[in-house]
Amino acid sequence: MPVPDVFELARNGERRALGRLLTLVERGGVNGDKVAEISHPIAGSSHVVGLTGAPGAGKSTITGRLAAAAGLASESGVGVVAIDPSSPITGGAILGDRIRMDEVIDREGTFVRSMATRGSSGGLALAVPGAIRVLDAVGYDPVIIETVGVGQVEVDIAGTADTTIVVVTPGWGDAVQANKAGLLEVADIFVVNKAERPGASDARRDLELMLDLGAHPDPNKPTWRAPILMTTATDGSGIDELWDQVVAHRSWLTETGELLGRRQNRDRFEMLGRVDELLGGLGRKRAESEQGLALLADVQSRKLSPTAAAAELLADLLES
Amino acid sequence: MSTESTTTDVAAQPDGEPLRVILAKLGLDGHDRGLKVVARMLRDAGVEVIYLGIRQTTATIINAAEQEDADAIGLSMHNAGHLTLAPRMVEAVKEAGLDIPVIVGGIIPDDDVIELQNKGIAAVLGPGASTDDVVAAVRTSISN
Amino acid sequence: MTAEASQDPTANEDDQAAREQWENAYAAQTLRDADFETMSGVPVDPLYGEGPYPGQYPFTRGVYPTMYRSRLWTMRMFAGFGTAEDTNGRFKELLRAGGTGLSTAFDMPTLMGRDSDSEWALGEVGRAGVAIDTLSDMEDLFADIDLGGVSTSMTINGPAPIIMAMYIAVAEKTGVERSKLAGTIQNDIFKEYQAQKEYIYPPRPSVRLITDMMKYTSAEMPKWHPVSISGYHIREAGSTAAQELAFTLANGFAYVEAAIAAGLDVDDFAPRLSFFFNSHLDFFEEIGKFRAARRIWAKWMKERYGAKNEKSMLCRFHTQTAGVSLTAQQPENNIARVAIQALAGALGGTQSLHTDAYDEAMALPTEKSARVALRTQQIVAHETGVTNVIDPLGGAPYVEWMTDEMERRAEEIFEHLDAMGNGSILEGVYEGIENGYFVGEIADASYRFERGVNAGRRIIVGVNEFTEGDDGEQNLLKIDAETEDYQLKRLETVKQARDSAAVDVALARVTADAQDPTVNMMPALIDAVKTMATEEEVVMAMESVFGTYVEQAIV
Repeated sequence: MPVPDVFELARNGERRALGRLLTLVERGGVNGDKVAEISHPIAGSSHVVGLTGAPGAGKSTITGRLAAAAGLASESGVGVVAIDPSSPITGGAILGDRIRMDEVIDREGTFVRSMATRGSSGGLALAVPGAIRVLDAVGYDPVIIETVGVGQVEVDIAGTADTTIVVVTPGWGDAVQANKAGLLEVADIFVVNKAERPGASDARRDLELMLDLGAHPDPNKPTWRAPILMTTATDGSGIDELWDQVVAHRSWLTETGELLGRRQNRDRFEMLGRVDELLGGLGRKRAESEQGLALLADVQSRKLSPTAAAAELLADLLES
Repeated sequence: MSTESTTTDVAAQPDGEPLRVILAKLGLDGHDRGLKVVARMLRDAGVEVIYLGIRQTTATIINAAEQEDADAIGLSMHNAGHLTLAPRMVEAVKEAGLDIPVIVGGIIPDDDVIELQNKGIAAVLGPGASTDDVVAAVRTSISN
Repeated sequence: MTAEASQDPTANEDDQAAREQWENAYAAQTLRDADFETMSGVPVDPLYGEGPYPGQYPFTRGVYPTMYRSRLWTMRMFAGFGTAEDTNGRFKELLRAGGTGLSTAFDMPTLMGRDSDSEWALGEVGRAGVAIDTLSDMEDLFADIDLGGVSTSMTINGPAPIIMAMYIAVAEKTGVERSKLAGTIQNDIFKEYQAQKEYIYPPRPSVRLITDMMKYTSAEMPKWHPVSISGYHIREAGSTAAQELAFTLANGFAYVEAAIAAGLDVDDFAPRLSFFFNSHLDFFEEIGKFRAARRIWAKWMKERYGAKNEKSMLCRFHTQTAGVSLTAQQPENNIARVAIQALAGALGGTQSLHTDAYDEAMALPTEKSARVALRTQQIVAHETGVTNVIDPLGGAPYVEWMTDEMERRAEEIFEHLDAMGNGSILEGVYEGIENGYFVGEIADASYRFERGVNAGRRIIVGVNEFTEGDDGEQNLLKIDAETEDYQLKRLETVKQARDSAAVDVALARVTADAQDPTVNMMPALIDAVKTMATEEEVVMAMESVFGTYVEQAIV
């Protein structure tokens, strides 16, 4: 079946077809491009929520609960993309997020897709915007993206959402870690999960302090001070308040025009990523040509610096 | 990634793409040692395992199969329920209009293996199956 | 130990005093009517080597001064399937043959708190044990049996308080005083989250139910063992021996802390705690594990929990051979495996033993295979002579080293749990359940083992070495679907006949009591089951307050 037909089926609520579209996006290539081509013009209306934090912080459970709260509020369905790491050695992965979302997993309006990072973080950075676009284009709103906030790419992915939620837990210096990982800059909303535990208020205070220290409001720009919410994901307490904040942030984004800026930034981010990928691909291919191998030999025999060789290769590539 | 591909047949399974396999247990039985071992075996063979774990219903598994675009469903069976539960999964797959194999792992008496195969189970893996056996069974079932 | 003892003269004197103490204790006991000599007629002493002596703190060499010289271990065979009436027939046969202990296995729906007519129960009713939906089934199960004169073991965890309530109600209806009820209910919920996965509610409300039962039995049923702390299932799930040992004892400590926190005195309940271990194939490791279990439990009960009564310090345990070690290939080989495991249990000083049937990897045991299993432990008990001498391996360098090593490894795990719980093992166990520590550790160990088998580094006879083509089908026991139909009709009849208004009132009280953690759940549960409320209805009445538990996927 050609891609446009699959896309039509997906728009009509055929979940199998949507599942297949996401596979095509993930695989990239011609079919993946085709999916992007069809979905991009009609996408752009869904609110994209990014959710990240350290492993074990309870992200999947919060995502599931948040999707449930969003589902109650939204007439369109809720799309979720849950990302787990692939094994760097074998490329395989164990994707276990679905079972932590038992609240919503079988609801009519919820669509949950698990994605593995598949080794190259560059690939992930390309696949995720594609997946968001498809879910958006077939009508899911909001779309929630859950990533482990450990690598830069994962943080970037969460950070390019319209609303970014950063989850920390009491103790273990999570708040400090979040700061180091650069999560503080991208957070629109903080969640202290496992709030029933000792140290929860300390975590809250640490975050407040770091926000105060980092606050350099630009008088020419509208400011949003990230609220800090306390949740216990396992029993659902604090989730409704979290959803309220997501909605409030969404309104703020719209009212201030910040939304447009973020989306333009996301498009730019994605296009630059594509440029890197395409150029890199072409360049690597060129590097394996006769000319490329000759240049490599010169580098290896110390006749030519690697930079000079690369520049020569690219110059020829651009001419051709 | 197969950027070279010019196919427009979206059902094709290009080489080098990881298989996506759902692993679950139906029914009440909670013995998941085997399921977990197989999950790791498959991961280490480059498979993306969508792990649903214990006490799943056929409906939940079908939902996952659709949304995750899974290539196969693997069920672990520990007690006597296999003759009732495994064929129900096959029926559910058919009803949903999906074309993916259902593979059963566990201690299954020979007579029952034949009955399961007659009822549409693509492969039955017994105890002591090696990683290679498991991966081969998944690949063969998919290509059939 | 030996070297140190000989360098310190006072240690020698102490040992002398301890030995005399043991000799006196030994002399005060009645011995079995047996000739304590070898097959060739060589007389043997009851004990060789040094202290601490059997029956003396920390009990490494045994919990009693005479051990098997007084009484062999109890040969407890766990069985049961089909309807309550079927099992009742078996019970009566057993009692006629002179048995006094009844051991009950429940089917999977009962174990999970589901009625036979639940969608989840399909295909599993009466298969792996007896199906109990209402008090009426329980009455059939124990019909014409004097509950005051038997000891009943019930292997159930999640819905344990409901089944316990039914047992108490049967006693009441047949005019047996509660204080006369003797037996054990497994009721060990921690290992369910860690290994067997037969949980219903989240950990904290489940522990409340357990402490309620501990309180209730302490006050009303002094001969009842309210918890049997079970490592068996942890091992079956793939743990190492040291993990089985450490997780089980840590769970024990956690129950002790929970009971103390609930206001009980340690010596009021600890003497009625018992344990249940696995006996696997690595012979010396298993023996070391059993010996270390006694020593660790005694030390912790005395030093950390301040037990004064020596009985609180005794780690008395039931042992079952490792089901997971049985192979479907060449199943007769399993008889040899079971014999070795049974021997390890005996040399490890177990109080009771279940030997698996060789075909259990494939199906429920047949009459023949169950008999061979029993015969296997009888051969160990009566033909090998290992019961003539107490702790016959004690003092052997490898065995003592292994015992120390098992203890050391367990202590490392306790330290970790203690840190996770900020100085509380109970909190550490809760945390370890929530953060996936236990299941993760067990899955790692299990995968390590399987990879060894896969790579051929670890030989399993008949599986990855010494294989034969076709092993031939065994004569397997099959259960027909009639049981299920019969049970469904029974349940329907009971539901028709009961006063549904009374059921509603009783269930509402269960829910109300569940909301108040200061109320003991047992009285409301007993009242509810008496109205013929079903097991699942009672489960749901509490679930509305307690919630359900969903495992975090740690693979």
